[in-house]
Amino acid sequence: MEQNHTKRQIKVTRNSLFEQGYLDEQFTQLEDLQDDANPNFVEEIVTSFFSDSTRLIRNVETALENYPLDFCKLDDYMHQFMGSSSSIGAKKVRNECTQFQEYCKARNDDGCIRAFQRVKQEHATLKRKLEAYFQVSL
Amino acid sequence: MGLIAISETPLHVLAVDDSNLDRKLIERLLKTFSYHVTAVDSGSKALEFLGLKDVEKMEKISPFSPNPEVEVNMVITDYCMPGMTGFELLKKIKESKSLKDIPVVIMSSDNIPARINRCLEEGAEEFFLKPVRLSDVGKLKPYLSKNERKTTEEEECVSSDNSRATYNDDHNDDDDDEVEASTDEDEQIQMLRKTIEEQCVLNDNSRAMHNDDHKDDDDEVEAWSDEDEQSQRFSKDQSC
Repeated sequence: MEQNHTKRQIKVTRNSLFEQGYLDEQFTQLEDLQDDANPNFVEEIVTSFFSDSTRLIRNVETALENYPLDFCKLDDYMHQFMGSSSSIGAKKVRNECTQFQEYCKARNDDGCIRAFQRVKQEHATLKRKLEAYFQVSL
Repeated sequence: MGLIAISETPLHVLAVDDSNLDRKLIERLLKTFSYHVTAVDSGSKALEFLGLKDVEKMEKISPFSPNPEVEVNMVITDYCMPGMTGFELLKKIKESKSLKDIPVVIMSSDNIPARINRCLEEGAEEFFLKPVRLSDVGKLKPYLSKNERKTTEEEECVSSDNSRATYNDDHNDDDDDEVEASTDEDEQIQMLRKTIEEQCVLNDNSRAMHNDDHKDDDDEVEAWSDEDEQSQRFSKDQSC
């Protein structure tokens, strides 16, 4: 009975991540790559993502402190960030990265700073939610 | 007991991507199809692995010999990488006498038709939009089966030398391989372009948000190139 409850809980948690737009179909692709020979593949990939993205966030923060803003560099960081987000299906994070890139192209200082705050916010939220999900599902 | 005459060594794919995450992903995808995978994080490391050292000097000296220990049946590379882009890596491979027969596949997170066409024209077999999926990797089989190991290593070296000689004979006087390519190759390229276009359409449908953001990329590339600062980055659409 308890086991079923947990399974249901896992399913509900997982589905809500998709329904609320945190994750997209790419995450399902990752799940499909997980098997007996690679039992922790999804978690490994997600861990890689947060390791890479944390580093990128630090780089962007540093770049945003140097005026005039180097929009090329910022765009480059965001391109990487967006790529990684796409690779794990992190939909909201990816969308915020795209917004940031728009402000870069427009050379909009304030826009970049605001957009980056949203990137960090979505990133932190996703991290929290995925950590909780892995805790119940593993 | 004699030695085993037939060796069924798995096909070897060299994956190139500066993103640690994407390397893990492509490696997993390729291993699903039982390919042996070597993953490196740059174009220069890829060339080193393939046995192409000191590429600049290469052009001035007589043909080097590739690393005989390593056989690579395919290279799959990201487009956007610092230093050497995937396009530049593709070019170097196709310009190399000993490596040009290795099929090369390009991956990119950007859906830019001009970029895709340029890669195909330069000799890439396929162009995958990231994130790469199992279905994409499934398309690689025909390109790999040409080079599949079916004989002992010695026989294989001889037969591959022979087939390369034949290939080189066929294409010896070509200025532009694609222009004078065989009918089969023309057909393949046309089919590929169609597949890529279809894939772009499918991707448009299934990833609406992503493509909405990128559908004007060509315009954006042109806009960027107007700016002095960006012209270096974007004008040739070779850096990212």
